[in-house]
Amino acid sequence: MIELEIDGQKVTVPEGTTLMEAAATLGISTPTLCWAPNLDPATACRVCVVEVEGSRVLVPACGRKAEAGMVVRTNSDRVRTSRKMVLELLGSSVDLSAAEQVKPWMASLGADPSRMGPAAPPSAAGERDAARAGHHHATDGATAATVCQPIKVDNELYVRDYGKCILCYKCVDACGEQAQASFAIAVAGRGFDARISTELDKPLTDSACVYCGNCIGVCPTGALQPVTEHELRQEGAWEPERQTQTDTICPYCGVGCTLTLHVQDDRIVKVTSPHDASVTGGHLCIKGRFGTRFVAPRGS
Amino acid sequence: MDLRHLDTEPSREEREAVDAVIGEGETLATVPLREARRLRAHLLPALHALQDRVGRITEGGLGYVCRRLHVPPAEAWGVVTFYALFNVDEERPTTVAHVCDDVACRLAGAERICGELAGTLGPEGKAVKGRGWMRSPCLGLCDQAPAALLVVPGAPPTEVLWGGVDAPSVAEAVRSGTAPERGGVQPLQPREALHLLRRVGQVDPTDIDAWRRSGGGAGLRRALELGPAEVIALVGRSGLVGRGGAAFPTARKWEAVARQPARPHHLVCNADESEPGTFKDRVLMEQDPYTVVEGVAIAAFAVGSELARIYVRDEYPLARQRLQHAIDTLRQRGWLGDDVLGRGVKLDVELVRGAGAYICGEETALLNSMEGLRGEPRQKPPFPSDSGLFGQPTAINNVETLANVPLILTEGPEAWAARGVPGSAGTRLFCLAGHVRRPGVVEVGMGTTLREVIALGGGTPSGRPVRAVLLGGAAGGFVTADQLDVPLTFEDTRRIGATMGSGVVLVLDDSADIADLLRRITAFFRDESCGQCVPCRVGTVRMEEWVARRSSGGSADPALLDDLGAVLRDASICGLGQTAASAVQSAVRLGLLGGGR
Amino acid sequence: MEETDVILLVGSSTREAHPIFFHHVIRGVRNGARLYVVDPRRTSTAAWADLHLPLHVGADIALANAIGYVLIEQGLVDHDFVRRATTGFDAWAASVQQYRPEDVEEVTGVPAAMVRKVAIDYGRADRGVICWTLGITEHHNAVDNVRALINLSLATGKIGRWGCGLNPLRGQNNVQGGGDMGALPNKFPGFQDVVDPVARARVRSVWGDIDRTPEKPGWHLTAMFDAMHRGDLRGLWIFGENPAQSEANSGHAIDCLKRLDHLVVQDIFLTKTAELADVVLPGTASWCESEGSVTNSERRVQRCRRAVPPPDGARDDIEILVETAKRLGVDLGIRSPHDAWEELRRVSPMHAGMSWERLEAEDGLQWPCPSEDHPGTPFLHARLWEDPVPGQRAPFAVVAWAPVAEPVDESFPLLLTTGRKLDSYNTGVQSGHLGAPLSRGEALEMGPGTAAEHGLTEGDRVRVSSRRGAVETVVRIDPHLRTGLVFMTFHHPDQVDTNLLTVDTSDPAAGTAEFKAAAVRVERLSPAPAS
Ligand SMILES: Cc1cc2nc3c(=O)[nH]c(=O)nc-3n(C[C@H](O)[C@H](O)[C@H](O)COP(=O)(O)O)c2cc1C
Ligand code: SF4
Ligand code: SF4
Ligand code: SF4
Ligand code: FES
Repeated sequence: MIELEIDGQKVTVPEGTTLMEAAATLGISTPTLCWAPNLDPATACRVCVVEVEGSRVLVPACGRKAEAGMVVRTNSDRVRTSRKMVLELLGSSVDLSAAEQVKPWMASLGADPSRMGPAAPPSAAGERDAARAGHHHATDGATAATVCQPIKVDNELYVRDYGKCILCYKCVDACGEQAQASFAIAVAGRGFDARISTELDKPLTDSACVYCGNCIGVCPTGALQPVTEHELRQEGAWEPERQTQTDTICPYCGVGCTLTLHVQDDRIVKVTSPHDASVTGGHLCIKGRFGTRFVAPRGS
Repeated sequence: MDLRHLDTEPSREEREAVDAVIGEGETLATVPLREARRLRAHLLPALHALQDRVGRITEGGLGYVCRRLHVPPAEAWGVVTFYALFNVDEERPTTVAHVCDDVACRLAGAERICGELAGTLGPEGKAVKGRGWMRSPCLGLCDQAPAALLVVPGAPPTEVLWGGVDAPSVAEAVRSGTAPERGGVQPLQPREALHLLRRVGQVDPTDIDAWRRSGGGAGLRRALELGPAEVIALVGRSGLVGRGGAAFPTARKWEAVARQPARPHHLVCNADESEPGTFKDRVLMEQDPYTVVEGVAIAAFAVGSELARIYVRDEYPLARQRLQHAIDTLRQRGWLGDDVLGRGVKLDVELVRGAGAYICGEETALLNSMEGLRGEPRQKPPFPSDSGLFGQPTAINNVETLANVPLILTEGPEAWAARGVPGSAGTRLFCLAGHVRRPGVVEVGMGTTLREVIALGGGTPSGRPVRAVLLGGAAGGFVTADQLDVPLTFEDTRRIGATMGSGVVLVLDDSADIADLLRRITAFFRDESCGQCVPCRVGTVRMEEWVARRSSGGSADPALLDDLGAVLRDASICGLGQTAASAVQSAVRLGLLGGGR
Repeated sequence: MEETDVILLVGSSTREAHPIFFHHVIRGVRNGARLYVVDPRRTSTAAWADLHLPLHVGADIALANAIGYVLIEQGLVDHDFVRRATTGFDAWAASVQQYRPEDVEEVTGVPAAMVRKVAIDYGRADRGVICWTLGITEHHNAVDNVRALINLSLATGKIGRWGCGLNPLRGQNNVQGGGDMGALPNKFPGFQDVVDPVARARVRSVWGDIDRTPEKPGWHLTAMFDAMHRGDLRGLWIFGENPAQSEANSGHAIDCLKRLDHLVVQDIFLTKTAELADVVLPGTASWCESEGSVTNSERRVQRCRRAVPPPDGARDDIEILVETAKRLGVDLGIRSPHDAWEELRRVSPMHAGMSWERLEAEDGLQWPCPSEDHPGTPFLHARLWEDPVPGQRAPFAVVAWAPVAEPVDESFPLLLTTGRKLDSYNTGVQSGHLGAPLSRGEALEMGPGTAAEHGLTEGDRVRVSSRRGAVETVVRIDPHLRTGLVFMTFHHPDQVDTNLLTVDTSDPAAGTAEFKAAAVRVERLSPAPAS
């Protein structure tokens, strides 16, 4: 066991506990975007940073392990400034409209993305994919660059709206070695032009995608959506507050994956799996994620 | 693994080129995960083979490499598009001059050259019959600015880095596919002032015997006699700290690796030198490659590594050739190999090529790059000494750091240290460039003042007064004319809010357009950010926008700059983001950007 | 699975058939386990292996025995464990002496060196697991195949410990649960033997008069079809199965169903089988329209819950049963799934500790779970490590290799094997609605060698015939299939009814049919359509 101090309170946690987990035992909640309970921490978004005495820079609470004697502050000015800035940088460059969890953080930190200037117009389809490392158009600073771009719709099961992508790496890790191991998507490009991409930006249907939808399952911002959800949102009929969520078991193979059925108006509109289900760890295959459509045709 | 591969075929040339580096052979049918990880390290060499041969990574070539090495095509695409020197576009020239438009070259008229080239060779990046030109960040030839790098694909390819270019000579190089070789180097200082640089311009860098006659090799011999622990102790007594920027005590780093029970251990020499304005490591590698390799070998011996690697930026073709020649001849003579000097020690050195990414100079990004991944820094801890290359204990050191080691062993740590001052031991190389009459690398004892260093360059060519110095590179900051008496020690520079960084001393007279330099610097960081973490990925864009607004007289909120600086410094994963705002902030603080605060 | 040293997957296309289980395999491999895959085809699963053992179809026992031979030869038997916890070792050891890997290479098709490597690695490893699916069980000698594998884990003591064991991977969602509930011809719920007097007494105490429950095992599926054929079985009530398309030699199966006096089909779809029925009872989709439980391949009892209302007219399975019983004059005393569960807990000791509330609150419970304070059982047979071993010791079984039921010959020169694809499922009644972007429809897959011998190319239309029937489909070339072996799925019976071809010779004990090996011939119908 390890003893440390967080915001003036002593806490004892088992070895290997992260600062975020340690803080949670004191009831201190930490904002996170790129962290997921079923993936290794990517420590990329930096919205979870905290101050550790003796450390020159702030450290990501989601990935940093507690050490004996650490003195941690989760609410200092430095922490608040960095968290607020991370949210302003994201809010000014990415469409966060479907990232509900961000709104209260923005409010409590007083984040104001409009400080960065008026948003630049969205890029044309394919433009961001064609950006090349080390070469970008000079800016006059009049507008704030964004990643906004048209939605990619290239298959029947899910859409990719990379104007909402915060590049948290979760979909890549879920598609890759940490779960599905299909490696259909990766981060391509560099810097602000970095993006999630298949090889040579090919459509998903020409890629290694197996449509397990585990990328959708981990995406924190709604950049990846099942077609059912996407269509309802387009119609303005996506109403999470009217949805019920029921856990049941996948009707296909004998692995016995837990499915959480999101139901709106007696219709299954989305399927997820709880990350703490020992069988799935939150991940499903194409059948569990999308195979429940056969219930729908009968009702309609 | 059950990877889905591209089904395109390579051309015969492409297949040959790839086979030449990874061997001919059938694609393995089943590949366990751990085997695929091992094969992955061949990715960059295989991509280089394609780029060298045909000047482009085609779909067919990429598909072939992926099948042979069991790399998922999407990941390989992620790697290819990470590096600026890999070309994937039809319209991009394959015979190309990369023209430096970075800080030092701008002061020497790079923008004018680029403007003229757009007229003669066509727009940047657009091939005319396969030929053309592109802008490049600092090519590390600031002492001969303006500089360019010519690359012509072939077997072997032509790669020439040359300086003193103008638009007609670049156009001619692109047309003819040849560029002039650079002549020898003459140090700016008298011989007796030089220690690390003592062979530069004196000893033929391609002649192992000449190097031996000048005392080369004595350091490695001594190390083998002393044994690893004693070597580390000696280096510890010298007070040597890293010359790559972070100034970490070298012996402590070695000790941390040497004591790890896990095997193998790795030693990596960081020769990625891409900090704008920096060229000292290039001079060492080009002019005294044997000593660099000797230092690398001693370090490898000390930390218990049998195979050391030198990661050289791809823009340094001559340095690569000279190092390779040195390694080969040292091996022939038994200074490297399975039984070094008959002492039963196994020790070899290998070169690894970068591919155009400043961030790969960051030590953990460099490790990822060597593993065939995108050059994204890793969150520390764990530190490389615990989990470095392939997850194994690794020491990473700068070229200049390691080149000092033979000296320390031969002349003794105390004598070596005495050339500096307490707390900042030994001599240090500075890259003197910009508005100086005689630019070049200089070697001075630590504690020498900045004014004395600048004086070695013989004053500004225009005779105009020095207005400021960019000290430490793009990641460093400005020093104004009234601060030139600062002694160059870690403490003294820190006291005035500056840093020696990688040893850049870019002198600016009062005609320099500092706003223009800052636009270039912010563009540089926006381009070179790996894009992994939000503060740096988006923060560098907002910095560039801020400077653009400010320098065009628009409204640029000072509080926003403070906040950008704070989040970059405090919340970025690596040193790139952490220092990206420092030059801009120092310029604003010192009133160099007009208007003041 | 994630904390083991060696994983041996036998006849199991886990990557496609059990994708989420394979996630755990990958995690095991990331943690350092070696993976060995035994399969006639180089499947996507095999592509992950440290070694792929390309055995001939139906040679499983010969291979397992050859591994056993090497374990003995190399001194890798855990004699201590064998002595304490098992019986019959000597007879088994003697029996595998005829299976020196070099001698059975011809039979197994697996190079002896590979067999040795796997055997030695498995034998030396501290922990090792063996998993299998239909590749092992869909053979006429399925039970022997399984026992041959059990022998290996007994010989090396790789059972009853964390990171060890034997895992059958269930193909369907509740195969395990069906067995748990006593839907087997010889078992009461909880795998209690129908002839065991103790079990009978326990069941009688709950169910009352069970004397009309025969004291001998009933018919398994294949025997039922035989009985229908003979006319001994005249009435049948089918719950959610589609035997008209899923049975091997399906032409024969349909014929049998047609002979029945009365056929009741309870299903959520109007399947081909339902079309043959006298009465169709529209049921509810048990996993989302009603409450209940299922048991997965790791014996985990899990709650299914109602999330959407069933369509008009459909009724819950339990409700249908209870109602039917009432019409027959019996009140089962069950009003809800919860009631049914409470009854099960009284009948089946291994479920006794699984209260409805625990199932509701916990992430499923693995049986046996005899009392409410019992945590459930992550792995079985831990008792084998107690000294002395309580209860029966684990028996070795002498099993001999026998050739496939239908070897190839001149008129039917190719061996057809069947399997699953990732995006489809069984007979496709559910997954057919998926619109999966991956799905390419049915095809006869063959290696380049076979194609060359037959002068066939990708896309050619062919007739595939066996002794039982013929279907038409198109050719797809799979570079990894060996010459002489061809492959089809049974996901698209409306397009291509693969099971018209398969052999219905079944395992005498388990009644599973030989889906995995049928002799066929292929004739070209027309050149490839110029699309
Ligand atoms: C963005 C960035 C670029 C760097 N580039 C280099 C480089 O080109 N060469 C180098 O030696 N160190 C570079 N460094 C510093 C290295 O991370 C590391 O500290 C150094 O190689 C350690 O060697 P030393 O202890 O000998 O200085 C860079 C650091 C950062 C953050
Ligand atoms: S698509 Fe979603 S999961 Fe993937 S990187 Fe973007 S925000 Fe993260
Ligand atoms: S989600 Fe896939 S793996 Fe899981 S139970 Fe359903 S079909 Fe099986
Ligand atoms: S600070 Fe910049 S370069 Fe460093 S990891 Fe973050 S994004 Fe990459
Ligand atoms: S949640 Fe910790 S860095 Fe993103």
